Order: sequence, then C-alpha cells, then structure tokens
Amino acid sequence: MPPVIEPAERHTLSMLVDNEPGVLARIVGLFSGRGYNIDSLTVSEVSHASHLSRITVVTTGAPPIIEQIKSQLDRLVPVHRVVDLTVAGKSVERELALIKVRGKGELRQEALLIADSFRARTVDTTLESFVFEITGKPEKIDQFVSLLEPLGLVEVSRTGVAAIGRGAEGM
Amino acid sequence: MMREMTGAEMVMQALIDQGVEHMFGYPGGAVLPIYDAMFHQNQVKHILVRHEQGAVHMAEGYARSSGKVGVVLVTSGPGATNAVTGLTDALLDSIPLVCITGQVPTHLIGSDAFQECDTVGITRPCTKHNYLVRDINDLARVMHEAFYVAQNGRPGPVVVDIPKDVQFAKGMYVGPENIQHRTYQPRLKGDPEKIKAAVEMLAKAKRPILYTGGGVINSGPEASRVLREFARLSGYPVTSTLMGLGAFPASDKQWLGMLGMHGTYEANMAMHDCDVMVCIGARFDDRITGRLDAFSPDSKKIHIDIDPSSINKNVKVDLPIIGDVKHVLEDILTVWRGMKAEPDRRALAGWWGQIDKWRARKSLAFQPSSSIIKPQQAIKALYDQVKDKDVYITTEVGQHQMWAAQHFHFEEPNRWMTSGGLGTMGYGLPAAIGVQVAHPGSLVIDIAGEASIQMCLQEMSTALQFDLPVKIFVLNNEYMGMVRQWQDLLHGGRYSHSYSESLPDFVKLAEAYGGVGIRCANPADLDGAIHEMINVNRPVLFDCLVDKTENVLPMIPSGKPHNEMIMPDHPEALDEAIDEEGKMLV
Repeated sequence: MPPVIEPAERHTLSMLVDNEPGVLARIVGLFSGRGYNIDSLTVSEVSHASHLSRITVVTTGAPPIIEQIKSQLDRLVPVHRVVDLTVAGKSVERELALIKVRGKGELRQEALLIADSFRARTVDTTLESFVFEITGKPEKIDQFVSLLEPLGLVEVSRTGVAAIGRGAEGM
Repeated sequence: MMREMTGAEMVMQALIDQGVEHMFGYPGGAVLPIYDAMFHQNQVKHILVRHEQGAVHMAEGYARSSGKVGVVLVTSGPGATNAVTGLTDALLDSIPLVCITGQVPTHLIGSDAFQECDTVGITRPCTKHNYLVRDINDLARVMHEAFYVAQNGRPGPVVVDIPKDVQFAKGMYVGPENIQHRTYQPRLKGDPEKIKAAVEMLAKAKRPILYTGGGVINSGPEASRVLREFARLSGYPVTSTLMGLGAFPASDKQWLGMLGMHGTYEANMAMHDCDVMVCIGARFDDRITGRLDAFSPDSKKIHIDIDPSSINKNVKVDLPIIGDVKHVLEDILTVWRGMKAEPDRRALAGWWGQIDKWRARKSLAFQPSSSIIKPQQAIKALYDQVKDKDVYITTEVGQHQMWAAQHFHFEEPNRWMTSGGLGTMGYGLPAAIGVQVAHPGSLVIDIAGEASIQMCLQEMSTALQFDLPVKIFVLNNEYMGMVRQWQDLLHGGRYSHSYSESLPDFVKLAEAYGGVGIRCANPADLDGAIHEMINVNRPVLFDCLVDKTENVLPMIPSGKPHNEMIMPDHPEALDEAIDEEGKMLV
C-alpha cells in the first residue's frame, strides 16, 4: 500500500504568546527546525498590560502536517493559544503594502490610474516617482504589484498577513 | 516567604525549597557566586564532574532512577556548550532536568566577551524551555517555574541562564508556594468519552496488544502498577520499547519482550498482525515502526500520550487520548470494571496460540562457545548473578546496549537507564554515577562497549572522588560494533574506521584512576570474574573480551516491515536485506 500523499493546503494560524525575549525565535526556530513552511509572518504586541503578543503565520502543508504544526506550537511554554483561522470559521485577512514606482509621462499616468482603481493611496510623490500604500487581501496586493511591474516598479514592502475571526467571539 | 538576598543565594534557596538534595556541576568564572553561596550551606550536595556532558548524563541517571528532577550547574560559554549533548538527550528521552548556566554580566552580553556564548539561543531547540534572567526580581520566580515546567506534562530539560551581575544583585526571594504558571497547564485526565470508546474497542479485540513506552515510567511507579493490573484483568499481551523496559515484569507470561528493530520476533509479529493496538506512553519512533506504510496494517490504534504533538506524528491513529498514562489507565480500568467488560476468551486463546508459535522461533537464540565469550553469554552470566540483587543498569550506545536490552530482564520500572532517542555514546558511565548518588546502597552497573566507554571515561575520577562504587562492564570487541554491523549490512564489509587500534589497557587504566580493573577472556572464568566485580565495594572497570564478529539479531532491516525480520538461524539474510531505499535510512 503506497503512502497517501495529501495535497498541501494554505492555512492561517493565529496565536497569542507571552511577549518575552526569544518568543519569536522559538516559533521561527520550530518551523525551520522541523522543516515547515512560513509563507508570511506578522507579530506585534496586542496587550501591553498582560504582555501578550499576537503572531499570525500563513503556512502551507498537507493536513497532517498542519495538525503537527498546531500541536507543536501549542506545547511551547509561552504560547497561550493557537487558532487555525482557516478551519475555525470565517475570518478576515488583511495585508498592507508600500510600493515604489519610478517613471515619467504615460507610464506615470497609467500607474496613477491603476492605483486609483485599487484604492491605493499615494503617500509620497516626486516628479519621477510615487509610493503607494495599499491594504487588502494578499491576492489583491499580488495583482496590484504585477500590474505595476511594467510601469517602473522599484520595490515592494509588505507587512505579511494580519487575520482575525469574524463575529462576536474572540480567540 | 519573602526575604532579601543575592541572586546566587536565591539560586541555592530555590534548590533547597524545591527539595533538591544533589546537583552535578563544574565551576567556572560565570558561576563563582553560586559556588560561593553553595559553600555556605549543607543541604544540597554537589557532585563535581570532570566534563559538563558528564554532569548532564549524571543528572539524567539520577532523575530517571529516582523520579526526581536532576539538577546541573555549569559555567558560561564552553560549560554551556558542553552540556548541549546531554540536554538534547534529555529532551528526546523526556527526562526532567533543570540546568543552571552562568552567563557573562548583562552589560557584556553581545560583545563576544570571554567565555560568552548565546546559551539560550543554542539551547532553545534542545530544551523544553529556557530562560535568560536579566532582572534579579525575576530570578526566584524563574527558578521555581523551571522546576514546574521540567516535571509537569511531558518532562524535559529546562535551562536557566543567569548573568554574573544578576548573581551578585540583591532582590526579594519568593518561595515556590507563591508561583503559579500562567499558561502551562498540561492535561492529566483523558476525555471520558474517548476512554469509554477505548474500553469498547479493547473488549471487542480478537488480537490485542499493549505497546508500552517510556511514558509509563515517566508517569511514575503507580502507572506501572495500573498497567500490570489491566494486563492481568484482560489477559492481553504486553510489549515495550527500549525506554519502557521494566514497566511490565519480564518474568510475566504475558510479556513478549522488547519490540522494534532488535526486538523479539513474537513482539514484532504480534504488532504486525494485531487487530487492536494500544500505544501507551510511546511515540511510534522509527526504531519501532520499521517501514511505515506496512506498519501494523490491519489494526485499530489507540494512543495514550500526554503530549498532543505525539499524536498522528508518524502513524495515524484511530483513537487518541491525551492525558497522563496513570490517570488514563486508571480510568480505563474503572470503566472496564463498571461495564463488566470481558475479553473475548476464545479469540484470545487463539491469539496466544499464535504468539506461542512465534515464541518457539526463539529469536534471541545464539550459539554459545567454550573457547570465546559470546557477548550475549556475558550479559546472561551477569544477569544470572545480579538478578536477585537491588540492581540498576545503565548502558552506552551500540551493540552492547541491544544485547543488554535483549538478555537482561527487568521486573520493576526505573531500573534501566539508556539513551534511547538520541543514542548518545558516553551516556552510560555518568548516568550510572547519577544513579549511584540517588541509590548509594544499590548495585549499579554500566553495560558498555569499549568505544562508547571512552567518550566519558574521565568520570571514573568522579566515581572515585565521591566513593560511588559503580561497575563498568565493557563488552570489548575492539570494534564500534554497531557501525561494523551496518558496514556489513550496507557497505560490503568495508570496515571504514570502525576498528579501534591502540585501545588502552583497561585494567591499568582503572588502576590509574584508583579503581579496580578486571579482565576476562575465557568463558570458563566469566562467572568467577563477575562474582569478583560485584563483590568489590569500589568502582570497577571490567574488560570482557568477547567475540569480535557477533552481530545483533534478530533485526528488522531498515525499510522493511515487522514481518520481515532477519533471524539468528538465518543470519546470511543480512547480506541482501536492505534495498536501495532502505540504505537511505539510518
């Protein structure tokens, strides 16, 4: 009986952790040490009073691997909770990106039009460049970036995904 | 209790309040204040080692044989890095340790100061948890938390890294009674619904097997007792991993012997052919499962483990129960009795009939010799003379370890200390010293190989200094035997660097340390020489010259399933046992 290879899935995991030195290294080290993927990672303190940070990891793997990742994370001492937003119900995912394009004339016009249609904001302007700020789902940002590619794309800075469950309940 | 004291005094006070009686360590610049605080008290006894790796293995032997937390104290830099092997060993075998490391003063951290290393960075993946204490006001809490984390849930090693200025700083000490961990609250009781489902599956089983592991030992002696009670009540056969030996008595007729790569034929065949398997405190390690996609293909699997990440890691199970072995087994017993469950006696009789046929293959058989000592014969002779004594066994890693597991039989838990997960050569002697510290009146024997023993042999000196009369029983075949066996298996018998030339004269070496050396090469002298060894109340290094060519059998070759074992009556099958795919595995 050959082993059943299940196709990889993309999952967004959200966790609450003690905001102590080394906690991020612990989590990143777990992923690299055990050979798991990190597609995107965001981390920031969410409660100063109780020293809690929220970490959002987008990862890909077959369902048993995703299960392993969750239980490996959950047993780390400073991890309070791990929630798989992809299976927990509906959730909102957002990412912010800053994108620099350089160009003159028609290209510049075109870039501005595209930015407008994506509801990106212009946060810096010179006579030959723009910096756009865009917020949305990662796919929307991917698409925006690919459209700007031929119009003088210089560089992209993305925050990674922040995510939260829909509805009244917290994690 | 709140009291002002220095960081170094807090460390000692915390150890005392945690009930620590012994610690293993080696001083150095960054822990001198703690050593000074130690000087001013008599409650915690310190065993001075010769190498920090030895300190950690001693603490492991101490912990595993006594059920207490093992405590280590080492200095910064090389002190900490030398401890890494032992910490990793303890992590893989789930041994509760607290390892205190000195660190350069906080203002020098990151400056590549003398004997500085990033201890928490280095030990992060090889500890259950670790701490760098930068503030004296955190120190007492962290010390108590470290003990809590080390011994609760799945046990493991915890490092507390303390910069030297924090050791000198003054702050308020708080006792352990005021500490409660915010998040780490492992689940002990199993889900009642799942326990009920497990009992139903177990009662319906026609070909059941209980596959037990080190988790039964870690759960405490009570877990072994409940396991025995359930086995007796159900009449089901019991096997165990290397780490679980002793949880179930080897003299019991329901005992099948160890399973896995060098386990018995009956244990492995029963694993392969069973219809209900209960994995109790074990983790479906690759030494156990053999070829994964052919592992016990027709069974329903129940898995009891305190660590949720062990569930479905290697083998998908049908019924996972998260909880402590003792609690879960107790509840299974209660439900079994409450439901007036009865095993299927007829099916069970047939199953035992089959098992007896497998047993009749005598998979641990070997050819004794009158001219040369067979290593198996040496273990048997040792066992026969010490089995009725209060004896603890440790091992190094390799062929001798497997022969010890096969031919030395254990009736009680906590009597067998071996490096299972990491396979650390050099573990056995320091572990034996740790065991002897915990059990000063008992007979403690390190069953060793001549290669492994040289990895931590310097600890002979520790044994002498502290009057710890450990016995080192070396099966000397002049080879790194397991390496040689695998070179036979995979590399056409080309013994690339597996032969030890220039071995020391172990008898003179023992004497040089101030111990006793005994050599034996003749089967006729073996019993007498062993008798001499166990009756000397000093450390003994016993150099037992054995057959150089013996291989460990039976064996599941890598990449093969349980029902394709190589048996001692057909050892020639070893030559072609492993295919190209199997060669890639270890």
